[in-house]
Amino acid sequence: MVKARVQIFLKEGVLDPQGSTIHKNLERMGFEGIKDVRIGKCVEIETDGGCRPEQITKMCDDLLANPVMEDYEIHIHDGDPR
Amino acid sequence: MKIAVIQFPGSNCDGDALWAFREVLKVQVDLVWHEQASLGSDITGVVIPGGFSYGDYLRSGCVAAHAPIMASIKRFAEHGGSVLGICNGFQILCEAHLLPGALLPNDQGRFVCRFEELDISGSSISFPVMDPRLRGEDRDVDFSLSIPVANHEGRYFADAATIRELEKADLIAFRYRHRHPDGSAKVNGSVASIAGIFGGLKKNILGMMPHPERACEKILGSDDGLMILNAMVEGMR
Repeated sequence: MVKARVQIFLKEGVLDPQGSTIHKNLERMGFEGIKDVRIGKCVEIETDGGCRPEQITKMCDDLLANPVMEDYEIHIHDGDPR
Repeated sequence: MKIAVIQFPGSNCDGDALWAFREVLKVQVDLVWHEQASLGSDITGVVIPGGFSYGDYLRSGCVAAHAPIMASIKRFAEHGGSVLGICNGFQILCEAHLLPGALLPNDQGRFVCRFEELDISGSSISFPVMDPRLRGEDRDVDFSLSIPVANHEGRYFADAATIRELEKADLIAFRYRHRHPDGSAKVNGSVASIAGIFGGLKKNILGMMPHPERACEKILGSDDGLMILNAMVEGMR
């Protein structure tokens, strides 16, 4: 079994209101030294092994991420991606 | 003349769009389910209504953009057919690459539901015939449209090169009147205060976040939206 984990974040420089709200709240809670907080999405895709990495890239380009505003990273693992 | 109002699971302004075109403008309207393979051959205009298609899963409009009916809508738009995307409909048109850019969560992090003043941008707005009050040459500079927004993902975003192209080609249809000093919209942070844009070879595609169908009778607080819907109807004649 092959698992692909896709992490999707807003591009650098695109305002992330959730991230800035959590940033402010962490500081209010007393956590220091935070430079930036970004919130993204994580998509896990489990395949039967017949799925090629290029296909995962195509899934990202065609549906999972929007290149206008988002970047993504793909991590492929046999078994447990953690 | 017949308008198709597209219904996705989660559309919720389809009834309002139906009312505005059928009851107020007296135009024939078909409700078209998203799983249909094609629009009828007698369809002369398409409205993609607001709502939360597919629960806004992943990104607003991204699943609907791949629904079976979309191939037919793309062909229709590419042949110059009038397509109006309102709110979620605008998000779907962007996700389907029929319009450039994307809609992001509002900068203040809230769902916003209120009337906004819209400036008509550019020299004239298309569709292609417009109420004379909306035409560039005749227009009073203080003239604006009062139309409500109702969204959580209304912040229009595109890179600087795309915005320059939109401006150069006169494709920005509406801008929110109230702006931050950097030019972004006070209501949601839209870049260049963009509320709606045209696309298509004949400016036959219009996507906008404000809801003209919710401002089509005086009893609703404004009937300014009627000018936009009427422009679409006149353009189909």
